[in-house]
Amino acid sequence: MRGGGLEPPPSHVREEQMTVGATVPLLQMEGVSKRFGAVQALTDVRFEVRPHEVMGLVGDNGAGKSTLIKSIAGIHPIDEGTIRWQGQAVTIRSPHDSTALGIATVYQDLALCDNLDVVGNLFLGRETSTAGGGLAVLDEVSMERRSVEVLRRLSVKIPSVRTAVASLSGGQRQSVAVARSVLWENKVVLLDEPTAALGVAQTREVLDLVKRLRDEGHGVVIISHNLADVFEVADRVTVLRLGRWVGTYEISKVGREQLVALMTGAVPGESVQGSAEEAQA
Amino acid sequence: MTATLSDDPRLEAQRGGLAGVAALYRRRISQGDLGQLPVLIGLAIIWVVFWWATNGNFFKPENLVNLALQMAAIGTIAIGVVFVLLLGEIDLTVGIVSGLCAAIMAVLNVKMGIPGPIAVLAGTLAGTAIGVFHGFWITRFGIPSFVVTLAGLIGWAGAILIVLGDTGTVNIRDPFITGLAGTFFKGISAWILAALFILYFAGTGYVGRRRRLAAGLIAETWSLLIVRVVVVALAVVIAVTALTQERGVPLSLVILVGLVVLMDYVAKRTRFGRMVYAVGGNAEAARRAGIPVSLVRVVVFALASSFAAFGGILNASYLLAVYQASGSGNDLLNAIASAVIGGTSLFGGRGTVWAALLGILVIQSIANGMFLLSLDQSIKQVITGLVLLVAVTIDALARRGKAAT
Repeated sequence: MRGGGLEPPPSHVREEQMTVGATVPLLQMEGVSKRFGAVQALTDVRFEVRPHEVMGLVGDNGAGKSTLIKSIAGIHPIDEGTIRWQGQAVTIRSPHDSTALGIATVYQDLALCDNLDVVGNLFLGRETSTAGGGLAVLDEVSMERRSVEVLRRLSVKIPSVRTAVASLSGGQRQSVAVARSVLWENKVVLLDEPTAALGVAQTREVLDLVKRLRDEGHGVVIISHNLADVFEVADRVTVLRLGRWVGTYEISKVGREQLVALMTGAVPGESVQGSAEEAQA
Repeated sequence: MTATLSDDPRLEAQRGGLAGVAALYRRRISQGDLGQLPVLIGLAIIWVVFWWATNGNFFKPENLVNLALQMAAIGTIAIGVVFVLLLGEIDLTVGIVSGLCAAIMAVLNVKMGIPGPIAVLAGTLAGTAIGVFHGFWITRFGIPSFVVTLAGLIGWAGAILIVLGDTGTVNIRDPFITGLAGTFFKGISAWILAALFILYFAGTGYVGRRRRLAAGLIAETWSLLIVRVVVVALAVVIAVTALTQERGVPLSLVILVGLVVLMDYVAKRTRFGRMVYAVGGNAEAARRAGIPVSLVRVVVFALASSFAAFGGILNASYLLAVYQASGSGNDLLNAIASAVIGGTSLFGGRGTVWAALLGILVIQSIANGMFLLSLDQSIKQVITGLVLLVAVTIDALARRGKAAT
């Protein structure tokens, strides 16, 4: 099957917003543009993630996936467009804004301290202590108990929460980084290539964890080059190409070849139609 | 895979009695987590060799008191060095700053007539100020600590000459200052101190265990706790028995152990300590987690120079004088070697304050034993260097084994 013979699959973005009015997206972005000097990284991009949903974000290199994630994380604030958080218009100008809303980002490098144990990493920078200030005494017992709770809830298997992160496998490290992101009542979790460096068994571990986050009601955004992973865990998938929104599709209603065709531009997707409709409206 | 994953290594100690304890340590060692074992074995070898070579003179109470007195100054400096190494930084000025601050203290007291306690405080605070300056320069301009403190090493050496002025040597007679190294605890007072230390050690172990059990977490077994307390108590009782047969337990040793206990607590149990380990482990991760990385660095350099200053003052108290050459000898290298022999990594994030106490015990035992044997300075330096090399190599090999599992 070659791209030429494909019809663009039907989009469900707008219809579902009409019919499933009860599910307000946790995060909704429209008309997002971002420019770095002469480079227009994002042009009129739309994106959303709902509770109880895994949203895949795919695209070829340079499609703007990372820029979009970083704009949600507050690292690259958007130039134009609107962001709604649970229906309310918000602005995200800094990583702090993003965190305060309840958005957690797990970057590819995981940002773990190898020398600290699992508990130390889960609570890094937010240690539970008896009082405020630098000399406050750590409450190791309550931190360890909460760590065990959250890891058990997410079925993360590690030898002991007192193991140094350095001696964990890649999958376990990724799991610890993800667990840290949901320890603090975050509603949306952004995962940047969570399975990039992992083996088969470890990839399974992490994908299972992603499903569990969804089952708990989180909105999960997963960037991945590996379409097999996207097809396995995502409920919907948003395709970007050359900084533009191509379309957002139910994963069950789009084939792998179609998705590849949309990513590479072999079929036009919907951004053209979408903007045409908006122009009429 | 899952079968081994859910297998909690600490559960082995749960399996009852001393067999469980032995199994725990066997497992730890097989995983390359040697802990303090190499240092303790090394120390045992060194002691046996000197005991044999000096016909038992090494373990005479008089020599043990000397050993304790010699340890205090460098040991105190090494506490600060541990914190700097935990950050993955280096402070080359600890030796020279110890000399400079001792000189400031001596000049304030002897030439300007300022009371001993205030002079000691002023000397220590001068160290704090120097450390803040180092830390500020390193963090504000992003210059490696090696370079900033190398400049400091040269610059502060000049400052000592300026502070001491024409006289060159300042003799100290103030009873408070000389009392730091010249006071000894004998009889009941020594035993009260020993009892307090053992009680503190046992108490923290017991309270920690009870809190963990109350929270439903796996806790240390009774047998492991009792073994630990008995081993430490025995070591303390033997040391105090030996020291009190002669002059007694030196105040400076009590100060050193007290500072080690305090700073070990700061490193392991406080938010500040956790921040130090985090910055040393992964500064970028620490920054993203909201830890004030620059502030932590400045505070650590301030701590290092403060401990260096106080160590220098203890040294001046022991030697009863401050010279132009104070702090410019092997003090810097010995302080860093103590920390490293104790297992503190030069690459940051790994090490304990307690281990520095073991490290200084190794370094000073070698120096002391070789002095008893009247060995030449050249031989002493070669041997000390070899011991450092062996210690670091064992650590590196152990770490490689750990990474391989």
